[in-house]
Amino acid sequence: MNLQLDSLLTTTGEWLRGTGPESDIVVSTRIRLARNLASFPFTNRASAHQKAELEALLREKIARLDLAPALSYLIIGSLNALDRQFLVERQLISRELMNAEGPRGVAFDERETVSLMINEEDQLRLQVMRSGLALEEAWQDIDRIDDMIEAKVSYAYHEQFGYLTACPTNVGTGMRASVMLHLPALGLTREIEKVFRSLQKINLVVRGLYGEGSRASGDFFQISNQITLGKSETGSLAELGGVIHQIVTVERRARNVLLREKRQELQDRVSRALGTLQHATMMTSDETMELLSSVRLGINLGLLDDVSLPTVNELFLHTQPAHLQKLVGGSLDGEERNAARARYLRNRLRQQLQ
Amino acid sequence: MSAMKCQFCSNPATLHLTTLTNLSEKKVVHLCDACAKQQQIVTEPAEPLNIPAIVHMLLGPHLSPVSEELARLTCPECGIKYMEFRGDGRLGCPHDYDVFQPGLEPILKRVHRAVRHVGKHPPHHQLNRERQAELLQLHHRLRQAIGVENFEEAARLRDWIREKEAADESSVG
Repeated sequence: MNLQLDSLLTTTGEWLRGTGPESDIVVSTRIRLARNLASFPFTNRASAHQKAELEALLREKIARLDLAPALSYLIIGSLNALDRQFLVERQLISRELMNAEGPRGVAFDERETVSLMINEEDQLRLQVMRSGLALEEAWQDIDRIDDMIEAKVSYAYHEQFGYLTACPTNVGTGMRASVMLHLPALGLTREIEKVFRSLQKINLVVRGLYGEGSRASGDFFQISNQITLGKSETGSLAELGGVIHQIVTVERRARNVLLREKRQELQDRVSRALGTLQHATMMTSDETMELLSSVRLGINLGLLDDVSLPTVNELFLHTQPAHLQKLVGGSLDGEERNAARARYLRNRLRQQLQ
Repeated sequence: MSAMKCQFCSNPATLHLTTLTNLSEKKVVHLCDACAKQQQIVTEPAEPLNIPAIVHMLLGPHLSPVSEELARLTCPECGIKYMEFRGDGRLGCPHDYDVFQPGLEPILKRVHRAVRHVGKHPPHHQLNRERQAELLQLHHRLRQAIGVENFEEAARLRDWIREKEAADESSVG
């Protein structure tokens, strides 16, 4: 299985492909559904025996799903800490699944668009990823997979409360839709706080790149629905989509203002960012994110043409701790890691410029 | 954001929690690492956020005190007590939504501003309903049989459950 994981190293997966609608601002769209079976206690209350039984049952049902491309299954307990972190960085598993104990697993396809987690906080967490803004497409996909699974197992479903989940914050649709935005211009013009304040009337949550618990870094923000009860899936998605379009519009406006009024300063900023990435010998994760964010903005505004967007997206992922350690082939402590990160960035950007 | 100060001390805040509601209020909490740990929002540097602690911090004052009647509730199916649920925010089994319904509805109203599901329902659900109830019952009996070390009965129940689950699938699949 390790071989298979390492083969992912050369790609970025679906969500960083850098394509799809509004992909200069919208990095990716993700929808997840929380599901449980009627005949088992929730994961936190299940015995080791029940968890093993459930894992075997769901794994077997998932293996028989008629999906193309087919899903591969990984037993989380059989992976070392580095490989688990690697899957988190690729957003194939949640941190909760990484840190949980007992029998648990994940099934995903080679394009990394679909991921099915077993024995997470809920027994089954379905996830579909798309590059760019694609809420409807992602919903159609996950809705179909959900139906295929439900034809094989009995979900815990309640006439009044809908799909039952371990935490009441997810009950009802069990759906969390997240859109990841890159908003560097709103950061530079200091309008970002204002934008988030204007979302006040809608129940949306703003988080950093790696979801719950991660702070916003590199001007990446994940916006997702909070309410799962009393609103239909399509209703929630339409609301979220409307807000995303508004944010995209104001980010684009802020970019145009910067181009018009501060072009020289902006050109200097993005060129310096690229220069630092090409020449520094020590680079922290935070600084990398900040500089890559500026470079990404520079590419999207036509201020830099010697680096491509897919390369920058790839560097965002490859400079994360687990990816970096797998790429250089060994575990590294903080300082070694910063040196290795700078070396990797230098080499990668040099290849690109040749 | 980096200029924000922790609300509990005056160190620079590294954690910013925001909930947006349309009850004309936005709750924003800024915390430094040390205070986040003290408030048990962050347990260990590498671990995810303690969601129940956050929910408690943001919503805590709004939740009414637990009545004695609610405090005594225990789910006969999974054995979780209502107070345990209130402690860590997680329910024990699907059955709890019925057993704890009087306590849950105010919480759901606060979190979702609704108490009734709208949207998708599982297309095979009607067909599965009686079987679900039956399976729950069988699993319960299986646990009891294991509890009293009646392994012969347990094996019989296990086979029965497997048979039923297989039948379920072939009839709805």
